[in-house]
Amino acid sequence: MNDFIAARSQMALSLGFHIIFSCIGMVMPFFMAVAHYYYLKTGQIVYKNVTKAWSKGVAIFFATGAVSGTVLSFELGLLWPEFMKHAGPIFGMPFSLEGTAFFIEAIALGFFLYGWDRFNPWFHWFTGVVVGVSGLASGILVVAANAWMNSPAGFEYLNGQYLHIDPIAAMFNEAWFSQALHMTIAAFAATGFAVAGVHALMILRGNNVLFHTKSFTIAAVFGCAAALVQPLSGDISAKDVAIRQPAKLAAMEAHFHTEKSASLIVGGIPNEAEKKVDFAIKLPGFLSFLAHGDFKAEVTGLDRIPEENHPPVAVTHYAFQIMVGMGMAMMLVSALYFVASWKKRKWLREPWLLKLFALATPLGFIAVEAGWTVTEVGRQPWIIYGVMRTADAVTPMPGIAYSFYLFTAIYASLAAFVVFMLYRQIRMVGRLYDVRD
Amino acid sequence: MLYVVITYLWASILLYLLLGGADFGAGIIELFTSQKNKQVTRKTLYSAIGPIWEANHMWLIIAIVILFVGFPVIYSTMSVNLHIPLTAMLIGIIARGTAFTFRHYDAVVDDMQHLYNTIFAVSSFTTPLFLGIIAGSAVSGHIDPQAGSFLDAYIFSWLHWFSVTVGLFTVSICGFLASVYLIGETNVEHERLRFAHKAQFFNIAAVVCGALVFAAAWFEHIPLFDWVFGSWTGRIAILSATLSLIWMWTLLYQGKISLLRPLAGFQVTMILLTTTFRHFPNIVILKGGGYLSLTEHAGQEKTIEALAWALLLGSILILPALFYLIYSFQKKPIGYEGQAH
Repeated sequence: MNDFIAARSQMALSLGFHIIFSCIGMVMPFFMAVAHYYYLKTGQIVYKNVTKAWSKGVAIFFATGAVSGTVLSFELGLLWPEFMKHAGPIFGMPFSLEGTAFFIEAIALGFFLYGWDRFNPWFHWFTGVVVGVSGLASGILVVAANAWMNSPAGFEYLNGQYLHIDPIAAMFNEAWFSQALHMTIAAFAATGFAVAGVHALMILRGNNVLFHTKSFTIAAVFGCAAALVQPLSGDISAKDVAIRQPAKLAAMEAHFHTEKSASLIVGGIPNEAEKKVDFAIKLPGFLSFLAHGDFKAEVTGLDRIPEENHPPVAVTHYAFQIMVGMGMAMMLVSALYFVASWKKRKWLREPWLLKLFALATPLGFIAVEAGWTVTEVGRQPWIIYGVMRTADAVTPMPGIAYSFYLFTAIYASLAAFVVFMLYRQIRMVGRLYDVRD
Repeated sequence: MLYVVITYLWASILLYLLLGGADFGAGIIELFTSQKNKQVTRKTLYSAIGPIWEANHMWLIIAIVILFVGFPVIYSTMSVNLHIPLTAMLIGIIARGTAFTFRHYDAVVDDMQHLYNTIFAVSSFTTPLFLGIIAGSAVSGHIDPQAGSFLDAYIFSWLHWFSVTVGLFTVSICGFLASVYLIGETNVEHERLRFAHKAQFFNIAAVVCGALVFAAAWFEHIPLFDWVFGSWTGRIAILSATLSLIWMWTLLYQGKISLLRPLAGFQVTMILLTTTFRHFPNIVILKGGGYLSLTEHAGQEKTIEALAWALLLGSILILPALFYLIYSFQKKPIGYEGQAH
């Protein structure tokens, strides 16, 4: 494995790992706040138990997310020193604000986890909300920094020099809103489905049914609402990418040839040698419509982009297909759930709906990983789109492959530990959490 | 505005050394505690640092963000040439942070606890060791951005006696801070005595390691002696640190504990002050006499300005909340065991 590929793999691994923990860390506090609110309003002990059980999970995920995030702030330099040397002062603004948000989150979490029976109950509840809000703010800020890499702004690039730096303009780059919106909703959908799925499975097994039903409902409502609105933000993103990064859109859709009334390609195997897609379903005009809101519009294909600036087509295309596929499946489940809640309440007691949710547990996170793959791989070969190539940013240190193997081993064992820890938490629900005190 | 940013950088390094250091030290103490006392130590430790645990480690993130936003050349040079100790430190941070959380949040208490405890204690030792190595390397004059061979560029930049002794010195400082901190956290007399003995042990260790640092500096032609004693600021700081140390031990033998923590904090502050003051604003000293300076290698003016405002704004939000957190958990209700519910 050469050093450049190793560095990219290590970065992808670290981000792919961190993204799961940060999504859960920023969304779960809202679920907790709802459960906690019901407890304070109704006094039903089951809501308190749910809040406490979830808060244990949040503590585990937050700690893991915090360390993997710390690692990332160093890895940016360890792997991409040339990038950070120039980009740090330009896109650093959201990171410096994120430091504050993250700090506040840690403080609020201290209050929340250790504050039972110590503070005014509503103050205690409020600290839980602060955990969620500051976590969300951190997420949005980090995504704004990533958006800058896709849509560089706030500087002038002249003769290899980065001049007239304006960190505020860099933060509010053109991509920040669409990316932050899409990512935030994705975090809610993915976490909602993952949590609801686990509780659905427990209900199906007949363990602590009341406890798991309350938990399931809160998570499912958040997850399903997010899954239903996500296509709207996806549409905003697609139209934005079509204008700003035509190469990425072309790779997502394996759209080799510039044409009017371009077809949307579903599935298929991109054949990069012959510049076509085998075995695909084609929906004529739909790509033009999605990208530009007009069935007749012209969509730039890879043929208009110099070969050396092509992103890897197959990976981007597959990742995009997976993301959309997962999103569609979640939308369907969500629609069924809301129909059940409003019109067909007896469905809610039938096992098939719960089974559907149990099966859908990982879909959201698969979509999140696939979506990140689209945005990161689709930006290649650039680290700063149109300005700096990823290959020029990599560390000169040889032997990065060993670093990659090491981090792979660490993250794999850490993931195993967290799964093990959650399994034990869930298994102990009956004894530890579903209690009357 | 540049000086606002530099002040924040220095303050966050100091706070990380004090708060994060005490936290590392707690794990180091565990490593040096006999099997039968470990359980009690752990309990005291957890009730002491549980709620503010995450917050203690945020200072490192603040420092690193200031460095990469405001002083990108310094950040990237250190990232390249100190890649290996930085990676070692990161592994320590991962292992420690997760082991600490896992051992308290594992729903089942069984043999797995041994594993978490071992990982926690060992990484509590290695993380500050490598932090010290990184800090020592930065000023050692061994970093050579033009180095040709792998060994010169990536190994000997940090693997030499000076930085290793600075690493060990950092470890003993952490142990010292934690022992002094923990003395005030328990009401049981023999427990208190045990932590006092630990404080003594780490104090001696710090003096020995400090002497080794000077020896290594002399041996490797690093002008440490001049940095520390070459200016009145350094001399006064060292003198007042020494006097406050004597005062601290006198108080401890008289059983007065209220001033111990501020005194220990003061000593460590003075140590950081003397070692950074004389070569300020040069934060990295390169091979052949070159240096990276906080004033000359700062980012463009607009960046520094935005960063300073972000830090000021952040402080307004963070500090009151942090103080309230620490204050709230200082008063422990009767029968409070320090466990998260």
